[in-house]
Amino acid sequence: MNNRVEKQKKDKKKESPWGAYVFLLIVLLVYLVIFLFDSGRTLVALQFSFEMLKKLVPILGLVSCFMFLNNLLVKPSWVKNHVGEDSGWKGVFIAVVGGALSMGPIYVWYGILQELQEKGMRTSLIASFLYARSVKPQLLPLMVYYFGWLYALVLVVYLILFSVLNGVMTGRMMRS
Amino acid sequence: MKKPSTLTENIFDSSKKTLRMLIRVLPNIFAVVLLSGLIMEFVPMNRLSEFLGGGILTDGFVGAGIGSISIGNPLVSYVLGGELLDQGVSLVAVTALLVSWVTVGSIQLPAEIQTFGARFALLRNALSFLFAILIAVLMLLTMQFLIG
Repeated sequence: MNNRVEKQKKDKKKESPWGAYVFLLIVLLVYLVIFLFDSGRTLVALQFSFEMLKKLVPILGLVSCFMFLNNLLVKPSWVKNHVGEDSGWKGVFIAVVGGALSMGPIYVWYGILQELQEKGMRTSLIASFLYARSVKPQLLPLMVYYFGWLYALVLVVYLILFSVLNGVMTGRMMRS
Repeated sequence: MKKPSTLTENIFDSSKKTLRMLIRVLPNIFAVVLLSGLIMEFVPMNRLSEFLGGGILTDGFVGAGIGSISIGNPLVSYVLGGELLDQGVSLVAVTALLVSWVTVGSIQLPAEIQTFGARFALLRNALSFLFAILIAVLMLLTMQFLIG
């Protein structure tokens, strides 16, 4: 178990801090190329992105607060006890409920999950958290409106079960 | 390394860490948002039903494929799914689309790779894609069993 944690730390050290900037640069280059062929639609795409970003600001603010509180209050020992290697079903429950209740796009949660992973959170629970985001309690009335309550109920049950399965399988495959 | 002892020092240290983390994740967020804009503008969502209407597995595969490259609020997928059902598209295709919409992230895959590593991101997304098809088929069977 300690070897695995050590390996994760080493992998983190190897990770280039510039990767995210390279990704952004590539996307900007794609925009530039498409702009040369169809400037009108590229500007519409840019406008759409800007509107999306405006909606993201409150969620980003909320996630930043969580990150701050996580850095301030959550100690590695707490993470290890509650969502660490030996957390068992309690960890699974926390990951699934946390994922279901988390708001906003998936990628704004990557940062805080990475921090929790560095503090000892199980890889399988990160996968479960990310999958459980498909359960959207706040959108349930809309799902019932479009597909009926029986469909919504059965789908939510499957999504919860597969969140656990996704975590277990990803965790096992990562280890093998 | 000297450990922070007072609350002020702890707050300062946590703020610094949070800022560092934000600087690390913000380029990824900007890139994914910009990419989403391009997809929304250049991928014709209103012509999706043309790709659906085959067998159960084909529909599941195509539905999951479309959901995987789609972005935006999940409520868009509910509205789209409802419209597709009205147009006669199968429940398997619509369910696979709904599930993969939120569980598979092709657009944010580079950001996920950057954060958690390629092995984790590819494994998780591949499994989520397969699970979207599996859930869609299970949903059809369950609904047939419950409703008859």
